[in-house]
Order: sequence, then structure tokens, then C-alpha cells
Amino acid sequence: MSEDILKRLTQAVMDGNEKDAVRFCREAMERGLPARSVLENGLLPGIRKVGELFSAGEYYLPELLISGMAMQAAVAELEPLLNAGGAKTSVGKYLIGTVKGDIHDIGKNIVMMMLKGNGWEVTDLGVDVPPEEICRAIAEGDYDIFGMSALLTVTMPAADETVQAIVKAGLRDKIKIMIGGAPITREFAAKIGADGYAKDAFEAVNKALDLINRTQQ
Amino acid sequence: MMVIGEKINSSRKRIAEAIAARDRESVQREAKAQRDAGADYLDVNAAAFLEKEAECLRWVIETVQEVTDLPLCLDSPDPAVIRQVVPLVKKPPMINSVTLDRSRLEGILPLARDYQARVIGLCQTNDRMGKTAAQKVEIAGSLIEKITASGIGLDAIYIDPLVFPVAADTNSACATLDAIETIMKQHPGVHTVCGLTNVSHGLPGRKLVNRTYLVEAVARGLDAVILDPTDPQLYSAMRAALMLMGKDSFCLQYIKAFRKGLVE
Repeated sequence: MSEDILKRLTQAVMDGNEKDAVRFCREAMERGLPARSVLENGLLPGIRKVGELFSAGEYYLPELLISGMAMQAAVAELEPLLNAGGAKTSVGKYLIGTVKGDIHDIGKNIVMMMLKGNGWEVTDLGVDVPPEEICRAIAEGDYDIFGMSALLTVTMPAADETVQAIVKAGLRDKIKIMIGGAPITREFAAKIGADGYAKDAFEAVNKALDLINRTQQ
Repeated sequence: MMVIGEKINSSRKRIAEAIAARDRESVQREAKAQRDAGADYLDVNAAAFLEKEAECLRWVIETVQEVTDLPLCLDSPDPAVIRQVVPLVKKPPMINSVTLDRSRLEGILPLARDYQARVIGLCQTNDRMGKTAAQKVEIAGSLIEKITASGIGLDAIYIDPLVFPVAADTNSACATLDAIETIMKQHPGVHTVCGLTNVSHGLPGRKLVNRTYLVEAVARGLDAVILDPTDPQLYSAMRAALMLMGKDSFCLQYIKAFRKGLVE
């Protein structure tokens, strides 16, 4: 019976059906299922499957988005209970922004939503963020990862400058750095000294998890 | 309808490689193919080469002008690059682009005036892009005011209301269409222009989405477009849309395009 509801929850996330995702979450909890199990055995398998299908070219961007939204709404239902246990609820803390001189935000916002849907606490610095502001945020916060977006060839050097500024400020060991955006390549990410590159929102979520697991080991 | 051929752009891998290798033949082939397919202007972009942009763009311009007399659309975000290459053009060019960013306006407008260039104005300020129709229309108004104040005529202004992926925001494609209609009504004599490929990002069947969007934009008054004229279905859809909107006197352009084998 409880397996059945978890399966339906997984399906609701895969369908991007926010209403069902919330409804089945409530139902599962009413039946006494632990919030953590609802998250780990109901919701997360759904969003992971969506990511796989997106990556394989079977799901398209809007489907990724509505699944992310369903996921977020469902996680919000669980949150009070997850928190009540005193356990750590978020996977990690993620700082995100588009580099200086670049005002594109669509890609960054999609990555943000997918991260939130996968249990990350995300802080958004917005677009056209100067390196100094990024350094200040890193210094003052306790973020695990900083992810930056650059959508234009002409703003790629700003990504390089941002990494340099983080190094110069003595903050490089405090945080992992990820980068993405249309003109960015794995080689460029390696060249400027970033820890990770992702070609799309799904890869970004996997990469982030990968980086944080490596840190914790 | 003014057609600006988009293909000689360094953000395309093949073109970047051709420019890097100074491969004249490849670049000239793209130029001739677009000319033969009905382009009125050829966009030329070397922005991917960053600090070598001016040098690369200079080579592209000279290479393209060896095989065609079509006017060029000088595509660079950097006014200094435009200043260096604009003396090379044989015909009054189009400059792509200015925004409400002051340094771009101040760097480009005097050049545009001196070289009788047409100017593309993007609906963005230095810190944001116009997302809603109202924002786009407001920025367009400011752009038109600033550009005409510099002594450039309304007829030389092409407002680009910006096109975003409809896959990321269901209302974004419609916002651009609404903006096109309002801008054309509020500023008689001004032109609107846009690129198409962005609209279909993240979707299957992209070419279908692009050409359907072009038809919708033409129906709202779009009178210039940046596209791949060598895509026969796209070009055909445009010719038919213009005819149906009453912008092709006695359907002659459509018929002519058909005879040339450009309509299918």
C-alpha cells in the first residue's frame, strides 16, 4: 500500500503534476510514512528519472521545468516534518549568479529551479554580478558551491576574472566553483580553474552532488 | 521585408574554424549561398575571437566583399571594433547593435551617422533585458528618442524587441509579438527586426517553430529579419506570409521567388 503511494508520487513528479504531487505527499504522511522516506523513495526517484529522460533527449525543457515545479511544491509540504526531526534537510548551499557584463538569466534560473527541486538551498545573486560582490558573498556565507553562468563569448573572460578574484581573496579553498552557459566548454572550465562544468540543468544537478560528495569524503 | 543573412557568425563552429584558418573559400561560399537565396544584407560577426575580433572581422569583411556587392550588417557588441572596420565597407552598412547602454550609444551613433548606416537597437538597458511587452515598448521608445536625437532618421532605425525561448516561459514569444505590433503603431516609419532561432531553444522540431513564429511576426508588422535564407521552407513561409499580409504588390515577389525555385 505504502509502496503504491510512493510510486504514484514518483509518477506525479515525472508528469509534472503539481497538484497530484502535493496531494500524494499529504496522503503518504497521513498514512504515517516518514517524511524522509517520502522524499527519498517517492519524490527523488521521479526527478532523477526526469533528468535522465531529459539528458537522453526524450524529455524537453518545459517538461523538465514543470517536474521541477511539482518537486518544489511537494518538498515544501514535507519541509516542516523534515525540519522537525532536527536533521539536515538541504543537500547543500549553492550560490549562483551570471557574470559581470552579462544580463542573461533564463539558463541560470532553470539551473536554480532544478537545484531547489533536488533539495539544494540556493541563493541567487542575479545577473551582471561583479567579482567583488561574489567574493563578499562567499566570504560572508557558508556556501558549498558557487555556480556562474556566462552566455556570451564576450563575457567568458569575466568568468576567468571571477575565479581569479576568488583566488586572490584567499577564498578558493572555501568553495567549489561550477560554470555553464552556451559558449562554455569543459576545456574552458578547466582552463580557468573551475571545479566543474555542466552543459545543461540536469548535468548541473549531478555535478553539484558529485562535488559535494567528494568534499565530504 | 529586409532579410539579413545570419550565417557568417563566429558563434557557429564551422565559421569560427574558417575564420581562424583564414579559409576564404568557406566564408565566400556562405556569402554567395545567402546572396543567391535572397538576402538583402549579410551579417558578419567575429566576436568569438575576443581581443582579435577587429582583425578577424576586417578579414571577413574583405573576404565577403570580394564575392558580393550586398551591404553588410556589422555585428559586434564593441563600439571600438565597429569603429575600426566600418571604413572598409563598400556600401552603407547596418550596425548590429546598440542598446540603452550609454557607452554603446555614444560609441556607435556618431559612426552610424557619418557612414549613413542603419542601426539595430536591442530592447535592453545596461542591466536588464526587456521581458514583458510593456518593458520592450518602453525601452524601444527611449532608444528611438536617443537615436533620432543623434541625427539619424527614423527610417534607419531597426528595433529588435528580443526573442526568448518559449520553452522557458510560455508567454515570452507572445510578449515579443505584442511589442512588435505596438512599436510599429507608436512610431510610424521605424522598423522592427528580430532573430528567430532563440524562440525554439529546448524544443523538438525547431525549424517548424521558427518559421511559424516568423509568419506570426510578419502578421504583426515585423519588416526585417535575421535568418538563414538558405533554409527553403523558412524562406517560403516568409514569402507567403508577406503576400498574405498585403505586402507583396500583385504577388509578384512570391511568383518571382517561385520561378527562381526559392519557394517550395
